[in-house]
Amino acid sequence: MLQVQLEIQLIAIVTAVACALPGVYLVLRRMTLMSDAISHAILPGIVLAFFLTESLSSPLLILAAAGTGVLTVVFVELLQRTKLVKEDAAIGLTFPALFSIGVILISRFAGNVHLDMDAVLLGELAYAPLNRLEIASYDLGPVSLYVMGGILMLSLVFIFVFYKELKLATFDAGLAATLGFAPALIHYGLMTLVSVTIVGAFDAVGSILVVALIAGPPATAYLMTDRLSRMLILSAVIGSVNAVSGYWLAHLFDVSIAGAIATMTLLVFGLIFLCVPNRGLIAIARRHARQRWEFAQTMLVIHLLNHEGLPEAEEESAIANLHEHLSWDPTFAHQVVRYALNNRCVLQEETQLVLTEHGRSVAQQALVQ
Amino acid sequence: MQALETKAIEVTDLTVAYQDKPVLWDIDLDVPPGVLLSIVGPNGAGKTTLIKAILGLVRPAAGNVLIYDKPYEMQRRIVGYVPQRGTVDWDFPTNVLDVVMMGRYGALGWIRRPGRQEREQALYALEKVGMEAYTTRQISQLSGGQQQRVFLARALVQDATVYLMDEPFQGVDATTERAIVTLLQELRANGKTVVVVHHDLQTVEDYFDWVMLLNIRRIASGPVTEIFTPENLRETYGGRVAFMKE
Amino acid sequence: MENLNILNRLDYTLMIVAVGAALLGTVSGALGTYAVLRRQSLLGDAISHAALPGIAIAFLLTGSKTPLILVLGAAIAGWLGTLLIMSVVRLTRIKYDSALGIVLSTFFGFGLVLHTLIQRTGNANQAGLDTFLFGQAATILERDVWTIGILGGIAIIITFVFWKELKLLVFDEGFAASLGFSTRALDILLTSLLVIAIVLGLQAVGAVLMSAMLVAPAVAARQWTNRLSVMMLLAGGFGALAGVSGTIISSSATRIPTGPTIVLCATVVVGFSIVFAANRGLLWDRMRQRRNRRNLKMEMDGLFKQPQQGDD
Repeated sequence: MLQVQLEIQLIAIVTAVACALPGVYLVLRRMTLMSDAISHAILPGIVLAFFLTESLSSPLLILAAAGTGVLTVVFVELLQRTKLVKEDAAIGLTFPALFSIGVILISRFAGNVHLDMDAVLLGELAYAPLNRLEIASYDLGPVSLYVMGGILMLSLVFIFVFYKELKLATFDAGLAATLGFAPALIHYGLMTLVSVTIVGAFDAVGSILVVALIAGPPATAYLMTDRLSRMLILSAVIGSVNAVSGYWLAHLFDVSIAGAIATMTLLVFGLIFLCVPNRGLIAIARRHARQRWEFAQTMLVIHLLNHEGLPEAEEESAIANLHEHLSWDPTFAHQVVRYALNNRCVLQEETQLVLTEHGRSVAQQALVQ
Repeated sequence: MQALETKAIEVTDLTVAYQDKPVLWDIDLDVPPGVLLSIVGPNGAGKTTLIKAILGLVRPAAGNVLIYDKPYEMQRRIVGYVPQRGTVDWDFPTNVLDVVMMGRYGALGWIRRPGRQEREQALYALEKVGMEAYTTRQISQLSGGQQQRVFLARALVQDATVYLMDEPFQGVDATTERAIVTLLQELRANGKTVVVVHHDLQTVEDYFDWVMLLNIRRIASGPVTEIFTPENLRETYGGRVAFMKE
Repeated sequence: MENLNILNRLDYTLMIVAVGAALLGTVSGALGTYAVLRRQSLLGDAISHAALPGIAIAFLLTGSKTPLILVLGAAIAGWLGTLLIMSVVRLTRIKYDSALGIVLSTFFGFGLVLHTLIQRTGNANQAGLDTFLFGQAATILERDVWTIGILGGIAIIITFVFWKELKLLVFDEGFAASLGFSTRALDILLTSLLVIAIVLGLQAVGAVLMSAMLVAPAVAARQWTNRLSVMMLLAGGFGALAGVSGTIISSSATRIPTGPTIVLCATVVVGFSIVFAANRGLLWDRMRQRRNRRNLKMEMDGLFKQPQQGDD
């Protein structure tokens, strides 16, 4: 493996992890689309800062863009607070407007500065290692690795220090407020972190695909675990897997690296969606098939229990009438009866079904739950 | 065979499950014509689900529902429905009269538009619920009780024989509550059958003549005087019932 | 003579572009009304981004750049994206916003992969991606205007035919189902109409800004009226207004892209409506509050004065 390849993958991993960690909280707080809004709306901030600094990775640019990101959040909330616009529409109004201003600025002054629209929207990971950090002519590696590494550290510190507060504000903002944890402060802290992360990731993956890095791994992890701490770790791992596999996919077919990472994000999500134990589609389908008989048997014993000792019992518990009463397919009803007979939940007395003690307790347990 | 008498609603052995979790187990319910029946039970007892299953809005895992001896699909035109008030967006750009006319959409069928006749029916229904002064009012400007009365008017223009109402007393003012009770009694006097999901145990005996106690399974159903007993209530609410009959 | 000819041609081109933009604005504004009322404002964003792989695959399969074929590919991919969002929400505990974000970004990423693949195989469709992202209103031809007019016209006629059913679906889905209307079929119909509006609009403003064309006119229209029919008419009108004014402004100066200008025009309409609209607008609200406070004060004064009069 060439050093450049190694560096690209390293940048991809660091970027993916840095995006996935705050992404966990966005996914849990149902604010994923805010990242989409921020990633587009910071364009005018980036453009203005770029006019001043003429560099895509200067700290000033990151600060200016992150400020625009937080401003977007404030703007959306103000619009919502008028009660005239719902949240989704407020987001859908704010970011295209800010983005349009950015595009017009670029078009008007593109002649004077070098800022490519494609670079902003799509990023180009392959060029990331070209911009090197050199101190006293020593090559210390790609600048973006340091930038994203710094942002990742910031993320880690923020999550580590405010772990308890973030958790509480995410699951019960009301309680967090009464306990004096200022959920609004936590909220804006998180939004600032998201903005900074998006600006940092801009270079590498651009404003559309950054959403894949932020939403994809956490949502995938959400399918696999119930615990916040595990979800954070899993998201980081999944993000890294997507990044590396995406890189090699791009390498294989000679296509856009960021696009390939997003494609891998979709594939991995789809794979987990189908195959994860307990919550995957396949697991659910198999459980349904398995439980179908259990469930039908429970319906049968409850049915018998409900009518036991009542005048209509003879009519209700006649095997021949069962399918009609439960509106089941006759063959299915027949199979269920056999299943219940095998499990000694019921006994056959001539044409009647009678509950056994075991069957009665099964029915009672199901009703109590 | 039992003597065949017509039942307004006949639910037999109805089981409903959402994904893996059963919400109604083997429910039987006979509602004779012309009664005011309240469905009572704790939160999560499956009251709304039972209403939805009767209306064919959720598919049962087992069991049957008949309205006047026929499946719901054939009897749509004689069934009126009042959903929970909170399930719709009251900021929707429309006015009171328009919402009430929606009650006629079923009879109109696809594509045909409501006309003068529908308009008159809607105005009449609004008068019935005491909302005739609000016909052109935007629905977001209504109070909770007024919203509920609009929904009742919408059900009235359905001109049904059987009415299913999901929590019509939820969060309404005293005036509206009285108006609804009067309306329910008027419907019963006209031979209609009304099934109401109800929360307030204190008023069951005053407002209704039949009651069904429900908690995932049917605890009991029948005339209030027979069924609404402390024992049955304790069984329904698992001993956590604060309400005790004198 | 020669000069005049060129001038005429230029005006003609501009007119075609303006008519095209107006039609697109009308269609997306009118159909966006439903998206806003169903709180699916950002579904348009997802559909428009998800369309990219569809366009790329349509091109890879047919090798043709005929707009209709590409539009068809875009529509199918947009539809699939919507379907995936709905299934993920229905079958897992992942919420709507996350499902939407994933589909939007990863479908787009996949489209980008396909796009680079096409570029590399030499079937150079060079302008393709930029066109997709930002639209190219300036290149709308008479032929395109016809396509937009006919498809958009059909979509709008369908909303008129099923007016009552769609209104009921958006307002109270459960009640609609209880009356025997197939809410599933209506839902599919409504989403299809949205997809049509989006794939048509892509040409004018592009994927990134398409959601604004759906949302902005409808939000602006909502402030002026409490009736669905008027709201839809107004939204269509505002959409057309934004389309035309954006086109004219961007053509009057150099290097001002049309799509973003159209979006900014629509945003100005929204801002104006939110502040100045009668009854609902912020200014109106402020005035009403002040009036109420004054009335209350007068009543209070009256209340305090009465006992004194009674003392006499």
